[in-house]
Amino acid sequence: MRPNRPVYLDNQATTPCDPRVLAAMLPWFTERFGNPHSAEHSVGREAEAATDAARAEIAALLGADPREIVVTSGATESNNIAIKGAARHAATMGDPRRRVITVATEHKCVLESVADLAAEGFEPVVLSVQPDGRLDPALLQDALATPTLLVSVMAVNNETGVIQDIAVLAGLAHAAGALFHTDAAQAVGKIPLDVRAQGIDLLSLSGHKLYGPKGVGALFVRRRPRVRLTPLFSGGGQERGLRAGTLPVPLVVGLGEACRLARAEMDEEAVRLTGLRDRLLRGLPGVQVNGSWQHRISGNLNLTFPVPAAGLMRAIPDLCVSTGSACSSAEIEPSYVLRAMGLSSEAAARTLRLGLGRFTSAADVDFAADRLSAAAHAGIEA
Amino acid sequence: MAYLDANATEPLRPQARAAVLAALDLPGNPASVHAAGRAARRVLEDARTAIAAAFGAEPAGVVFTSGGTEADAMAVACLGRGRRVIVGATEHDAVRAAAPDALVLPVDQDGVASLDALERLLASGPALVCLMLANNETGTIQPVAAAAALCRKHGALLHVDAVQAAGRVPVSLAGLGADSLAVSSHKLGGPKGAGALLLAPGRETGALIAGGGQERGRRGGTPALPAIAGFAAAAMAPEADLAALRDAAEAAALACGAVALGARHRLPNTACLALPRVRAETQVITLDLAGVQVSAGAACSSGKVSRSHVLDAMGAGVLAGEAIRVSLPWNAGWDDVRAFQAAYAAMAARLGKHAA
Repeated sequence: MRPNRPVYLDNQATTPCDPRVLAAMLPWFTERFGNPHSAEHSVGREAEAATDAARAEIAALLGADPREIVVTSGATESNNIAIKGAARHAATMGDPRRRVITVATEHKCVLESVADLAAEGFEPVVLSVQPDGRLDPALLQDALATPTLLVSVMAVNNETGVIQDIAVLAGLAHAAGALFHTDAAQAVGKIPLDVRAQGIDLLSLSGHKLYGPKGVGALFVRRRPRVRLTPLFSGGGQERGLRAGTLPVPLVVGLGEACRLARAEMDEEAVRLTGLRDRLLRGLPGVQVNGSWQHRISGNLNLTFPVPAAGLMRAIPDLCVSTGSACSSAEIEPSYVLRAMGLSSEAAARTLRLGLGRFTSAADVDFAADRLSAAAHAGIEA
Repeated sequence: MAYLDANATEPLRPQARAAVLAALDLPGNPASVHAAGRAARRVLEDARTAIAAAFGAEPAGVVFTSGGTEADAMAVACLGRGRRVIVGATEHDAVRAAAPDALVLPVDQDGVASLDALERLLASGPALVCLMLANNETGTIQPVAAAAALCRKHGALLHVDAVQAAGRVPVSLAGLGADSLAVSSHKLGGPKGAGALLLAPGRETGALIAGGGQERGRRGGTPALPAIAGFAAAAMAPEADLAALRDAAEAAALACGAVALGARHRLPNTACLALPRVRAETQVITLDLAGVQVSAGAACSSGKVSRSHVLDAMGAGVLAGEAIRVSLPWNAGWDDVRAFQAAYAAMAARLGKHAA
């Protein structure tokens, strides 16, 4: 089998839309175009039924109730609503607590949401991680000694693929009376999640990280006992008043189908990706793997090479990989995630993120291993 | 079936469909620096240039959002900071909910805002004025350019919700002299899930949705590339000539005893028609059973039984509960009009007589 060109190994930045997702969405773009909030006529009602069915699929993947799913434009918006919404609501209810705890390796949108709260008089605490990228529960336990409103810890890191022990961390947060939010954009559809078993109060997800379309995501908001949030913006009263605006029906249908496929195929897919990942790593002697090996998703390798990463990327224009998070990939700054794990700026600048996905083939990883090895070798010789 | 509820959502235009499909085939994230990312980035920036050109803005002033509601909320939250907010009485809920404590600018019986009242409200300190270009329920067009001149004179900012006007009449941020303008993809024949806040040169906003630095730091989150590409393609399409069709539909209703509301100066695709003594919900259901889709007000609130704040502000009295909105999509034709005329006449003969 010949590899696709360019070979796309950046599935943590975004995933291609699955053709089955595309097929599910298509009729809702064209002949079935109704506004799901036009419940008085038949064209609107069929759109409403489609979004209800999608909501049920999203909920099923998380072990949630469909009424607990708020549809948003993506995980960034979900994270903003969860973090700012929970803190602001508590403040309007006269809650004296001000502390909001998160972790240094979170996605920028979580860190910026928390920083926005600081300007409103809240007290953000940003915990450090261990060299393997995991949060030490004892550190959270200490931070919770001060009464805390909310703890936000991502389920899977977007650069390293490192999985946090959400159930343990959520348990500590609850024991201290705090709410627990997780940015699960990189986890949903990759590892099993169960909001009840793991004790999650709020969970953010994104369509385009699980082979769905860009422009749609969701926020799980626990109902019993109900988590109350102040919306980021209001309007027509959609999504139970938590998120205004006309639902993008085709995108929501696509997210639902992406969740259905993930639920059906996740286990098998993880086994296949583990095999491909190990094959890729075997083809790359002399690299260092960053982040816990035991606690990481099967599709991610975060590798420090002997030579600068920028040179490797320039040398192989047919290979799509990245030096870190896509949002900040235009920046020259070394990855703050790797720095938080104790890598030097110099080592971080020799690091690439390789993200394998549903459409990655053995030929793709062989191509990547060959070219990266050759380019690294040439770089050492130079 | 005759779909005459365009102001709730428009059918997708074919050029938008093509653009959506092409963008769905691109695997990359527009923020990534590799080849796949750069290809996605080109589509995003081409869309930005197209939207700017379509609505009289600079590409650097185009902030892509998830839709009109988010764009309105962002304008009020960011441009309204430290200013009193003045909103037209018939504004969309997206604006009204963003500024619950705003001063209200009254409208006359045709739904047109009073410029005299605006000048009086502007006299007392720095303000942000929110005035929609065209109303979603009646199609009434507001004197936005004149309002912009008053705002400039008094040092106030003007935000224009052009969600219903865009794609139906020419819209230009620069031509109107406004400071910001909101547009929505699915109201002009593009896909749902995209919109934009257009900023006049020199106007800045903070971010309502904080994130990874996208959209020049004004809006976090990976852009909804397929929806944005379809939005731009739809925005470049010429406005459909719908006035003759709308007038014919309306004339038939008036001949059956209907009353037109807010009709003095309005969009070419919209008619707000009250049938005295017949509840609006009854009319909508009756017409739907006859294969004609219209609405009793804004779609977002149409699940609720609440009265139209738009028609109340116009002093429509009991007619406010008896009015339907007929709004023609870009692809409406004479078959749709004839279907409406027949269904309306049958309804008026049955229900109008019964009620009388």
